[in-house]
Amino acid sequence: MNLHNVITEIEKIDPEVYERLDGRREALKSLSNVGSKIALTALPFALGSLFSKAYGQSSSSQILDVLNFALTLEYLEAEFYNTGLASSGLIPAGADRNAFQVIADHENEHVQFLKTTIMALGGTPVPKPTFDYTAGNGSGMGPFAGVFTNYSLFLAVSQTFEDTGVRAYKGQAANLISSNEVLRAALRIHSVEARHAAHVREIRSRRTGDPLVVGMPQPWITLNQSNIASSAVQPSYNGEENTLQAGVQITGINGFAITSEDASEAFDEPLTKQQVLMIVDPFIV
Amino acid sequence: MAEKKLPDVYPDGSSDPKQVSRRKFLNYAGLSAVTAVALASCKKDFRGGEPNAPFAQDDPHNMPKNTVNLGSGDIGILNYAYALEQLEAAFYIKVASSFYSGATSKEKAYLEDIRDHEIAHREFFKTALGNKAIGPLLFDFSSIDFSSRASVLGTAKAFEDLGVSAYNGAGELLQSPDYLLLAGKIVSVEARHAAAIRDLLSYGSFAGPDVVDSNGLDVYRKPMDVLSIANNYIETKIIANNLPTA
Repeated sequence: MNLHNVITEIEKIDPEVYERLDGRREALKSLSNVGSKIALTALPFALGSLFSKAYGQSSSSQILDVLNFALTLEYLEAEFYNTGLASSGLIPAGADRNAFQVIADHENEHVQFLKTTIMALGGTPVPKPTFDYTAGNGSGMGPFAGVFTNYSLFLAVSQTFEDTGVRAYKGQAANLISSNEVLRAALRIHSVEARHAAHVREIRSRRTGDPLVVGMPQPWITLNQSNIASSAVQPSYNGEENTLQAGVQITGINGFAITSEDASEAFDEPLTKQQVLMIVDPFIV
Repeated sequence: MAEKKLPDVYPDGSSDPKQVSRRKFLNYAGLSAVTAVALASCKKDFRGGEPNAPFAQDDPHNMPKNTVNLGSGDIGILNYAYALEQLEAAFYIKVASSFYSGATSKEKAYLEDIRDHEIAHREFFKTALGNKAIGPLLFDFSSIDFSSRASVLGTAKAFEDLGVSAYNGAGELLQSPDYLLLAGKIVSVEARHAAAIRDLLSYGSFAGPDVVDSNGLDVYRKPMDVLSIANNYIETKIIANNLPTA
């Protein structure tokens, strides 16, 4: 593969190709690496993704859209935990209360961080919606009625929010690929949400006799199982049973004893913005 | 190279890139159209199989057994991830082959699950990378006391937090959104592992201030910083100086 052949072909179509690439020093640097190092078979793909960075670059407004979407989810989580901690008798003192204080702090920090980032990029943070944590669209009578008096319910909703948050950030990562700084920050929030999810699942696994705990929750998600006795949370888990990654079947891969359960646990799955909005819609008045 | 696919990527039916206006090129965009151009250019200097191809020296399979070269670009980052997954898988395989004394059934179940996840990650990268994959690494776990709960879980915690920081730092080095999504699918599972191990060691330390900063952001590390830590457990010399840095 001769780099000049590629550029010359593109130049016939887009006379400004050099300008475009020059404006993106990183892309150009990658291109020279691509030309000399990557296998021929990998080249079309590598070049395609390189140029999708140069031409299909997310505009700053797209990045702001993602950040405001994330901010909405963080508002949802932060107020949920703030309200839970303020509800006397809900969260047991000791380890549970300490854990939810840590989680609440992080979610409030995420809200502040996202607001600051949005403003630094010249955007306007969306205002905080009014929430109905019963998932009743403002009726206060949704499927999670009693969420701030019934700890089982509070834990179930918390687990669902955290697992959904992980999937939501994952689904937006590609939309941030043109900004290293924003992508890095989003990834760093994403893994914190996963730590939260793992711990809430751990709390639930340790509760004997919790009527909303189904089976034995683990820190990771098995197939599309929520381990929650409520069909209302199922959309947050559908799709997690996937065992095919980039066309590679993980179950039994290369002769190893990897079950479909293992394979589904080993990879968390994304949700689209549309899917997430449908999930959170009942919580927004 | 599939030249016959060229017409497919120009929705106006044209098979000649020269007939496509720049506007259409931009509209129909990026990946498929540019791939077609790349394909068209390939035929002019196809050198597959040439013994003296300039990149032959970078072929991982040509390297001495005790040295691997991760390579460059996205392939380099995927090989970097593959190296880390090899490290984690080898560690948990050894842990689960003879558990430390006093391991509870829950600890065993978690460690076996994590082992299987890391094997799945390792084999995924090996398969996805195909003939661009680095070979198997050699490990040195002599500093770990596998009969000691504190040593095993302490090492597991270090490896999982390191893995989270590695993927968080590597995402921005990838060019392909598809590879970025795959890294995202794996990193959250590593974060779940990290939280689980931390909770086994000290219940409630799942997202402690040693890993999450005052903005609520998790750790991230550049590949060189990750490898300098991982190298304490890896005998194979890993050449990483062709990895992208931005």
